[in-house]
Amino acid sequence: MPDSPRSTRPAPPPEPVAVTLTVNGAERTLKIAPWTSLLDALRLHLDLTGTKKGCDHGQCGACTVLVDGRRINACLTLAVMQEGRSVTTVEGLARGDALHPLQEAFIACDALQCGYCTPGQLCSAAGLLAEGKARSDDDIRELMSGNICRCGAYPGIVAAIRSVMNRRATDGDAP
Amino acid sequence: MIAKPRIPDLLPEPGGPVGRPVPRVDGRLKVTGAARYAAEHPVPGLLHGYVVSAAIARGRITGIDTAAALAVPGVIEVFTHRNRPDLARFDRTWQDGDAPRGSPFRPLCDDEVQFSLQPVALVVADSPETARYAARLVEVTYEAREHRTDLHAHRHDSFTPGKAKGGFEPPPPPRGDPDRALALADVRIDARYTQATEHHNPMEMHATTAVYHDDGTLTVYDKTQGAQNTRSYICKVFGLPASAVRVLNPFVGGAFGSGLRPQHQLFLAVMAATQLRRPVRVELSRPQMFSFGHRPETIQRVALGARRDGRLTALIHEAVQESSRHETYVEIVVNWSGQQYRCDNVRLDYRLVRLDRATPLDQRAPGAATGVPAIEMAMDELAFALDVDPVDLRLRNYTDTDPNTGKPFSSKELRACFAQGAERFGWARRRPRPRSMRDGRELIGWGVAAGVWDAMQGRATARAVLGLDGRLTVSSATADIGTGTYTVMSQIAAEVLGLPVEAVTFRLGDSDLPTAPIEGGSWTVSTVGSAVKAVCDRVRARLFDLASAMDGAPLGGAGARDVTFAGGHIVVTADPVRRVSLTDVMRSGGLPAIEEEAMSLPYMVARSRHTLGTHSAVFAEVRVDEDLGTVRVTRVVSAIAAGRIINPRTAASQISGAVVWGIGMALEEETIFDHTLGRCMNHDLAEYHVPVNADVPEIDVIFVDERDTVVNPLGAKGVGEIGIVGVPAAIANAIFHATGVRVRDLPITLDKILMRQEE
Repeated sequence: MPDSPRSTRPAPPPEPVAVTLTVNGAERTLKIAPWTSLLDALRLHLDLTGTKKGCDHGQCGACTVLVDGRRINACLTLAVMQEGRSVTTVEGLARGDALHPLQEAFIACDALQCGYCTPGQLCSAAGLLAEGKARSDDDIRELMSGNICRCGAYPGIVAAIRSVMNRRATDGDAP
Repeated sequence: MIAKPRIPDLLPEPGGPVGRPVPRVDGRLKVTGAARYAAEHPVPGLLHGYVVSAAIARGRITGIDTAAALAVPGVIEVFTHRNRPDLARFDRTWQDGDAPRGSPFRPLCDDEVQFSLQPVALVVADSPETARYAARLVEVTYEAREHRTDLHAHRHDSFTPGKAKGGFEPPPPPRGDPDRALALADVRIDARYTQATEHHNPMEMHATTAVYHDDGTLTVYDKTQGAQNTRSYICKVFGLPASAVRVLNPFVGGAFGSGLRPQHQLFLAVMAATQLRRPVRVELSRPQMFSFGHRPETIQRVALGARRDGRLTALIHEAVQESSRHETYVEIVVNWSGQQYRCDNVRLDYRLVRLDRATPLDQRAPGAATGVPAIEMAMDELAFALDVDPVDLRLRNYTDTDPNTGKPFSSKELRACFAQGAERFGWARRRPRPRSMRDGRELIGWGVAAGVWDAMQGRATARAVLGLDGRLTVSSATADIGTGTYTVMSQIAAEVLGLPVEAVTFRLGDSDLPTAPIEGGSWTVSTVGSAVKAVCDRVRARLFDLASAMDGAPLGGAGARDVTFAGGHIVVTADPVRRVSLTDVMRSGGLPAIEEEAMSLPYMVARSRHTLGTHSAVFAEVRVDEDLGTVRVTRVVSAIAAGRIINPRTAASQISGAVVWGIGMALEEETIFDHTLGRCMNHDLAEYHVPVNADVPEIDVIFVDERDTVVNPLGAKGVGEIGIVGVPAAIANAIFHATGVRVRDLPITLDKILMRQEE
């Protein structure tokens, strides 16, 4: 059967629009096509590749970031939908050379292997701590179950989060 | 520059970093997001390719209409079999280092469709969104031919494959008269076990960034377990010299075997980059991660005959497994049964059925993770039939020589695994009768199973450079797919030269580095670790020679065996005041750096006289909801014998991670086919279930003491595989103990439990 050109012309890609986000504390304005996910905006347009793409369908959690302090899947939102919001990625967790307590704990508990899901786990864990709902290890397991780790580092992840939670409780901080 | 291995060449008893739980040296890069994976290397002017996947399982492409896709602004080119460059013709050219016998799949080669989701076109555009959008506008028409994807329907159309792949051993010939012995046995078990197809699904989807340079050379960032395997494939297929291609994979987001062979995104990215003379990235989507290798679906029969005292008198283990039409993928499924248990009448049989699917591919403990669960479930059934404790039954049939070959094991501390695992688990408190332990609505079950894997070693080369700043850089073209290679190699080098781990940098993931084989099969510590030790031994010898020739004789004429390397110094062991720093030695010799390279080989002769392996005893507790059939794994103890453990922290992570894989295999993972369409129906992470955090309990890992002087100079066997092997059967056996229901089909989903409960 010979190839035959289609009669209808496809719709062209959408024209770029300006989006302004606060990313890891710095205001960034991007000119991007409105169909760009927050995940691709971070990875391709801001070169913040710490946020990972594991499925692009909101099924694995590798792209978890904090938007205004809340954890979300960056692949399930368009960057334009986050206009004006504050986005924290794994690159924004540390304060200069000083790692975030969760980052320290992940290394200490060997809560990672290949490292690919790790940024999403860390952002998710930071979100979990802020939510203040987790009281037990089982709570941590349940509330971290949106973040798949194919290497199976779950026991280390739970131990790392628990250690930070415990320290905060001892220090009298908010949980 | 071959460092001849000699038995006395063993790594000394640890006093330094070896054996310590050193934190992962690449941990900081990974927790800060600084580690870059294959699709994350920024390149100016980068183009993005999106794959169009075949909609049928077998047939011919009759037409591809690319006009609409090409009309989209931003689309650069659409590659199909019609405009693909003419490349290598011979199968040998397309065979990579892990290829089985046959004709490797050649992407966009012709109009033939060999399996569902096969790539049939690549759309290249200036943004990934545009490429994906345009890919949906490519219209492909097919002439479908009759396909077969159903192993069960075609299981009788099987053949015996022979030695179709490197590292594969066909089953040994039968021993005794197993059928007669089975018929005469006091107690018999004869059952069929099945296991579903499983896809690797590493978190990082397969991706390649191919950077074309003006001089025609390529830099390729690929998701692979072997940078040099990838380089060799590119060079052969595209007719390029090795010097023109550099492959980098410093970080690999999991693989579990999926990166052992070059996958089609590599070919497509390199083809597009060389044709367009521009950098091109191709990243597969998650559904497309179901378009290539996988753990093959398997049907097995295990028949056991035993005397009343539990001694095995007959052992028959037969397996039928899928391969593709174009390649003969094989793995060792049944041999383990003949190796693990003493029995005079044994038949092991392994056959394949050709299906219209992509060629299977090694997945964590390939073959063992399939075959061992079947024999270990059968042993549990036999223990129940005999009213013998399942641990006892295994000990009654224990063997210190390999019955398949008659050779002794180089080391086998499986008894210690059973003893220490049982102790930690509290096995002695188990009530033997099924359904005898419960907590409210939940039935509690305890199960046990043994595991076994190889202790292979290949040939590798490493380079070491010691600088005047006291820093040591060691390199080899291996990979770290999360296994801890960076860390463990740094420890070995630091140990030999008496340096702190922080003074050592280990480099890997670059095809330009000294030769190393594909990372897999749990052989990297053995293979590359031995090369690292060998090259550091050379540096050590040179430093000692230089120190011995120094003015003022700081070592006072001590011999090579009289000194210790510690804290950056050479120290006379008996008189520690006599010492000299490594950097002073180098300065006195006028050397700005010491550079050495060494290759290590296995102890071929000693190895040929032994069977080498790692062993495990796995104890699992499950809770099964009596009404709903839901299963939760609530406790796992895994006791491992794997020689010397270089890093108990990263090694324990390998084991507990593999336990998670075993939970997935036992309870969750299954690629479900619609055989009418010849297509898998659950090709994403919402419907292909892998364990999540809430599915995984505390996992207790024990490394039993095991000394092995045959395996390699390190005495270390590698632990990537062994952790999964005993787990599925331990869980299946625990489910039987909880419920009295024996499910022999993995994964054990709640429907199977409820259905059999009603029976």
